[in-house]
Amino acid sequence: MYATNYHRASSVADAVHLKGASDESKYVSGGMTLIPTMKQRLAAPSDLVDLRHIAEMKGITVSGGSVRIGAATTHAEVAQSSDIKAACPALAHLASLIGDPHVRHMGTIGGSIANNDPAADYPSAMLALAATIVTDRREIAADDFFTGLFETALADDEIVVAVTFRPPERAGYCKFPNPASRYAMTGVFVAKGTDGVRVGVTGAGADGVFRHAAMEAALASDFSPQAIASVTTDPSDLLSDIHGSAEYRANLVTVMARRAVAAA
Amino acid sequence: MGVEGIGARVERKEDKRFLTGKGRYTDDMVVPGMKYAAFVRSPHAHAKIKSVDGSTAEGMPGVIGVLNGQQMLDDGIGNLICGWMIHSKDGSPMKMGAWRPLAHETVRYVGDAVAVVVADSIDEARDAAEAVVVDYEELPAVTEAATALTGGQPQIHPEAGGNLIYDWAIGTDVAETDAAIAAAAHVTEMTIVNNRLSPNPMEPRAALGIYDGAEDHYTCYTTSQNPHVARLVMSAFYNVAPENKLRVIAPDVGGGFGSKIFIYPEEIVCLWASKRTGVPVKWTSDRTEAFLTDAHGRDHLSTVKMAFDSDNRITALKVDTIANFGAYMSLFSSSVPTYLYATLLSGQYDIPAIHANVRAVYTNTAPVDAYRGAGRPEATYLLERTIETAARELGVSPAELRRKNFIRSFPHQTPVIMNYDAGDYEASLEAAMKEADWAGFDARKAEAEGRGKKRGIGMSCYIEACGIAPSAAVGSLGAGVGLWESAEVRVNAVGTIEVLTGSHSHGQGHETTFAQLVADRFGVPIDSVSIVHGDTDKVQMGMGTYGSRSGAVGMSAIVKALDKVEVKAKKIAAHLMEADESDIVIENGEAKVAGTDKTVPWFQVALAAYTAHNLPAGMEPGLKEGAFYDPSNFTFPAGCYICEVEIDPETGKTEIVQFVAADDFGNIINPMIVEGQVHGGIAQGIGQALLEAVHYDPQTGQLLTASYMDYAMPRADDLPSFKVSHQNTPCPGNPLGIKGCGEAGAIGSPPALMNAITDAIGNNDLTMPATPQKVWAAVHAAQ
Amino acid sequence: MTKVTMTVNGRQVSGDVEERTLLVHFIRDRLGLTGTHVGCDTSQCGACVVHMDGKSIKSCSTLAVQAAGSSITTIEGLAQGGELHPVQAAFKANHGLQCGFCTPGMVMTAVDMINRYGGSLDEKTVRENLEGNICRCTGYHNIVKAILAAASDMSAGRQAAE
Ligand SMILES: Cc1cc2nc3c(=O)[nH]c(=O)nc-3n(C[C@H](O)[C@H](O)[C@H](O)COP(=O)(O)OP(=O)(O)OC[C@H]3O[C@@H](n4cnc5c(N)ncnc54)[C@H](O)[C@@H]3O)c2cc1C
Ligand code: FES
Ligand code: FES
Repeated sequence: MYATNYHRASSVADAVHLKGASDESKYVSGGMTLIPTMKQRLAAPSDLVDLRHIAEMKGITVSGGSVRIGAATTHAEVAQSSDIKAACPALAHLASLIGDPHVRHMGTIGGSIANNDPAADYPSAMLALAATIVTDRREIAADDFFTGLFETALADDEIVVAVTFRPPERAGYCKFPNPASRYAMTGVFVAKGTDGVRVGVTGAGADGVFRHAAMEAALASDFSPQAIASVTTDPSDLLSDIHGSAEYRANLVTVMARRAVAAA
Repeated sequence: MGVEGIGARVERKEDKRFLTGKGRYTDDMVVPGMKYAAFVRSPHAHAKIKSVDGSTAEGMPGVIGVLNGQQMLDDGIGNLICGWMIHSKDGSPMKMGAWRPLAHETVRYVGDAVAVVVADSIDEARDAAEAVVVDYEELPAVTEAATALTGGQPQIHPEAGGNLIYDWAIGTDVAETDAAIAAAAHVTEMTIVNNRLSPNPMEPRAALGIYDGAEDHYTCYTTSQNPHVARLVMSAFYNVAPENKLRVIAPDVGGGFGSKIFIYPEEIVCLWASKRTGVPVKWTSDRTEAFLTDAHGRDHLSTVKMAFDSDNRITALKVDTIANFGAYMSLFSSSVPTYLYATLLSGQYDIPAIHANVRAVYTNTAPVDAYRGAGRPEATYLLERTIETAARELGVSPAELRRKNFIRSFPHQTPVIMNYDAGDYEASLEAAMKEADWAGFDARKAEAEGRGKKRGIGMSCYIEACGIAPSAAVGSLGAGVGLWESAEVRVNAVGTIEVLTGSHSHGQGHETTFAQLVADRFGVPIDSVSIVHGDTDKVQMGMGTYGSRSGAVGMSAIVKALDKVEVKAKKIAAHLMEADESDIVIENGEAKVAGTDKTVPWFQVALAAYTAHNLPAGMEPGLKEGAFYDPSNFTFPAGCYICEVEIDPETGKTEIVQFVAADDFGNIINPMIVEGQVHGGIAQGIGQALLEAVHYDPQTGQLLTASYMDYAMPRADDLPSFKVSHQNTPCPGNPLGIKGCGEAGAIGSPPALMNAITDAIGNNDLTMPATPQKVWAAVHAAQ
Repeated sequence: MTKVTMTVNGRQVSGDVEERTLLVHFIRDRLGLTGTHVGCDTSQCGACVVHMDGKSIKSCSTLAVQAAGSSITTIEGLAQGGELHPVQAAFKANHGLQCGFCTPGMVMTAVDMINRYGGSLDEKTVRENLEGNICRCTGYHNIVKAILAAASDMSAGRQAAE
C-alpha cells in the first residue's frame, strides 16, 4: 500500500470539508473494496476520509410507505433487519449473499453502490426497486445513477447518505456466484411494485448492471417464471472471461431471472 | 493398544499452541536489526534484460540496499538445480538450462526475480522495488507444452533445442505393445489433460536470512518440508556457505503439499543479501507472488490406448505424455512425470504390456514440480478415466471390468519397474460399493430426475507408491540423494524422552504419532515424549517429509533406534534386578522380570544409565541411540473411491452428494490423524476436478489466475462430509506395517468425481476442472 | 505517523503507526500477537479474522487507524485462565486443524458464528458461514464437525446455567 493520511469524519458536512482539503482524497466506508484495492497498489489516495462513524448515515427506517437505508448500514445489518425482512425480504436475502460474514460486518450499502462493481449485488436491486439514491446534495434515481463499469453519477466529493425505495409487492433475487471470487457471475433482481415490473441484472453486462427490458415486458403481463423462459439476452452485450463466456452468462440471465420470479 | 499407543485416537499434542495463537511460523520470527526484502519481478513472460538501474530506489526512505543478479554472479552464488538425472531414450542426459536466483540476462516467466530491495519496513521495500528501473527487450513467449514442441516457437534455454528437456520411455518394447494393441478385440483411446494447479498451502513461503560476520555463519529460517536437504543443496550447489556454517530451521510450517520441498531463489537471496547488507533479511511471499512463483503441479497432456481381448481383459496399454516443466527445472521436477508417474501406470490391474513415453518441455511459465501425489494422481487419473470409458464402450459395469482385471496374487511384478508387495483390491471395492449403496443408485437417479437434476456415479481404484524410497534403487534411476531417514532417541536421566527425527511436520501431527510410537514401546505417557525436528543444528541429517514417507520411512528409523534403546535398557534393568536380560519386559512404564513381581520403574533404569554407579561391566553410561533406516521397497497403498453427483443442467453446477473412500493404508498409528489426511487429500482432489486451474494467457504469458479472485479454491460449501473407511493389509516391507496415507485422497478422488460427472451428462471428453460453464456447454451441446 | 489507541484482549494499547498500517500488522508487528495470520492479498482467506467490538472482521482489510477506539479480540485473547475456550477445545477433540495456519481465523469465525446462531447451527449453515475462510489441509470435514460440537456444547452449557 502507498502512504496515505487518515481523517475520521463526524458528520456529512465534516466529511465533505475534509475531503475538499486534498485532490487525491477518497471516502472510505467499510473499506471492503477500497482497502484491498489499495493493498494491491491499484489505488493510491493521498487521504482517506472515514464515513463509518457518521451517525446520520446509519440505520434503517420504514415509514410512510418508504424504506430508508442509511449509506453506512452494513450488509449484515440489512440481512438481519426485521424491518427489511418485512418490507422486502429479497433485499435481506441479497445482503446475506454478499461476500462472507466478515465482509458483511464491515461493507456498507453506500460503499457498494458508490463503487458500482459490475459484479456487485446491490446495484441490481437498486435498479429493480426503482430506488432513489440520496446524496449530501441531491436525490438521484437509480436509473440515472449507475453509468458504467465502476462509474456513477456521483461528483467526486459527493456522498451517498442513504437509499430509499417503496416496498415492492413482490420481489426476488437469485445469484449465481463466480466459483472463485463468489461475486455475482450473474445475479437477477426482479420486483413488482407501483412502478410496474423491473428486472435488474448484475455480473453479466459488459457495461455493468442493466435493466432487462424484454423480461420486464414479458413479466408485466404475466409475472411467472414461464413468461420469461424463452426470453433471451444478446451475448454481444455481455461479459466474457475465463469463468464464463458471454453465451453462458446469457443463459444464466434467463435461468436466474426465472428462479428469482419463482422466489418472489 | 494402550490409550495412547499405536492405533489410539489420541488428541494432538501440538494443537494447543496452534489453537491459542502460539504457533511459531517463519514470518513470526523477529530478530534484532531485522529488515525486509521485496523482489523486483519480471512483468514479461520472456525478455532480455538490457539494464537494471537501482539508483533512484537506493535513495528512497528506509532503503538499505538494492541488489541485482550480476552482483550475485560476481559473488559466486551458483545456479539452482534439478537433483534427479533423467536420460532420454537415446541415452543423452536431460537438457537443463541455467536458473539464476536473480536473473541477470534473460527472464523466462512472469514473476522471475530480477533484483531485491532491502529496507526498514516492508512498505518501504515495496515502494523502492517499484522504483527499480529494468530495461527489457521483450521476446515472444510460449506457455503450452505441446505448442512449445512445435517448430518456430520461442527457444527458452539454449541448452534445450526445441524446448525438449528429455524424451524418455519405460516398460514393454513399443513394437510388442503395438502388436498387442493391433491384435486386440477392443481398444479405448483417449486424450487426457491433467490440469495445472497451484498448491496453495495457506502459509505463504517465507525466509529469514541472518549472517553473523564474527563467526562467518549463516542461519536461515524458512518454510521448508526438508530443512536438511535445503542446507545440503544451498551449500553444495549454490555456494552460499559450507554446511557447518549454515543452519537451516524450518519452524512451524503452514502446509506444504510438495511446494515447500524445493529450494527457491528467495531463501538463497535472503542469506546472501544478509551478508551483503549486514542486516538480517526477511522476505514473506504475498499470495500473488505465491501464485506467480511457487512451483505449480501437474500439467500433462497425454494420449492413451487401452487394449482388451474378447474376454475384456486388458492386454496392453500405451501412453504418450507431454509434461510442462515451466521455465526452469525445479528440484525434483524431472522425477515426477517419469519414475513417480509412469511406474504406476499398471494401476491395480494385471496388464501384460505397458509402454509409456514422456517428453518434458520448457515453457514461459512458473516451474512445475511435485504437488500432493506427484505423478501418481496423473497416472491414476489417466488409467481410471480410461477404464471407465472402456466399460461404457464395452457395455459392462465399471466394477466388473475392474474386478476382471485386478491383480490378485502378490508379489506382482508390473512391466513398469514396480513390484507390488501386498494388497486386496477387491476388499476396498466391495467396502466402497456397499458404503455408497451402489445398488440403490438407479432409484436415486430416477428420483433426482424428477427434480430436474442429472445424477451420476463414478468410481476410481487407485494404487500409489509411498515411502520413498530405497536409496540404491532411486540412485540407479538418477536420484541425486538417498531417501533413507534418520532418528535419534534420547532418554533423559529422569526417563522422559526426546526423539530427534529428520522428518518434518507441517500439519501431519508427528509430535503426536511419533510420541505414540514411543509411548507404545515403553508404556510411558505421551506427554513425557517430545519430538524434535526441523533444525539442522539439532537433528544431524534427514530427508524430510513428502511422498507419504514419514510413517513408512521416518517412523521405521525411530523403531530401529527404539530397538537399540530397548536392548540397552533391558541390560541395565537385568543388572539392577539381578535377572537374565532375556527375561526382562518393558511395559506400563516399568521393566519387569517376566513371571515374577520384580520391577524397576522406567525412570530408574534411565537414572541408572546416567548416574553410572551400577552398570553392567564395560557398559558406556547414557541411554541414547541413533539409527538410519533405508527402506527395502516402496509401499503400495491402494483403495477405491466412489463419488455421486447431482448436476443442475440449467447452470452446469455440480453438487457432490456423496463421497466414499475405502483405503488400504496398512497399519495405522492414529486413525483420527489418518482420516484427517484423507479428508484433506480428497478436498484437494475435488478442487482439481471441479474448481482449480492455473490459466496463462497463451499470447502474452501473463498469469490470469494470480489471486483467489480468479483461482477457485475449494471452500467449505463446495464440499460434502466424507465417508472414510479402511480395509488394511499390513505392509510386509517395514517394521510397523505402515503404507502411508498423505496423498491417497488427492490421487483417488479426481477420476471418481470426473467419472461421476461424465456418467451424469453422458460425455466422456469433459476435462478438469468441470466448471459450471464447461458442464453446461457439454449438456447443452448434447441437447 | 499517527497515534492509535485501542483495547486488545482487554488491555488498552497504543502506538505510533504509519497511517497505511493494516490492523493485522499492528497486531502482529507492534503487539507481537502473531497468532493472527496473513494468507492472501485479496481479503478472501480469513487467516486474519479477529473480532472488532464483538464482530468478526478481516484484520488484513482494515487499517489500524480505522480500528482506533475499538475493542479487538484476537486468538490469544480467547482462552481464559489457561482453559481452552469451548471452540478451541472442540477443534482439538475433533482434529479440526492440521498445519494450524488457518486455525486462528477459523476459531474466531466459529465463535462469531456461534454467537449469532447459538445451538441452531446445522451443517449447511456452518459451511455457508465458512465462505470467508480457506483451509487447505482439513477438507473442512473436521472443522465443520468441531463447530457443530462446540455449538451444541455451548448451548447446552447456556441452558444448564439458566
Ligand atoms: C472477500 C470479499 C468478497 C466480496 N463479495 C462481494 C459480493 O459477493 N457481492 C458484492 O456485491 N460485493 C462483494 N464484496 C464487496 C463488498 O460488498 C464491499 O463492502 C462493497 O463493495 C463496498 O462497500 P464498502 O462500504 O466496503 O466501501 P469502501 O471500500 O469503503 O468504498 C468503496 C468505494 O466507494 C466509495 N464510497 C464509500 N462510501 C461512500 C459513500 N457513502 N458515498 C460516496 N462514496 C462512497 C469509496 O470512496 C470507494 O471508492 C466483497 C468484498 C470482499 C472483500
Ligand atoms: S489475510 Fe485477511 S483474508 Fe486473507
Ligand atoms: S489447517 Fe492448514 S490450512 Fe487449515
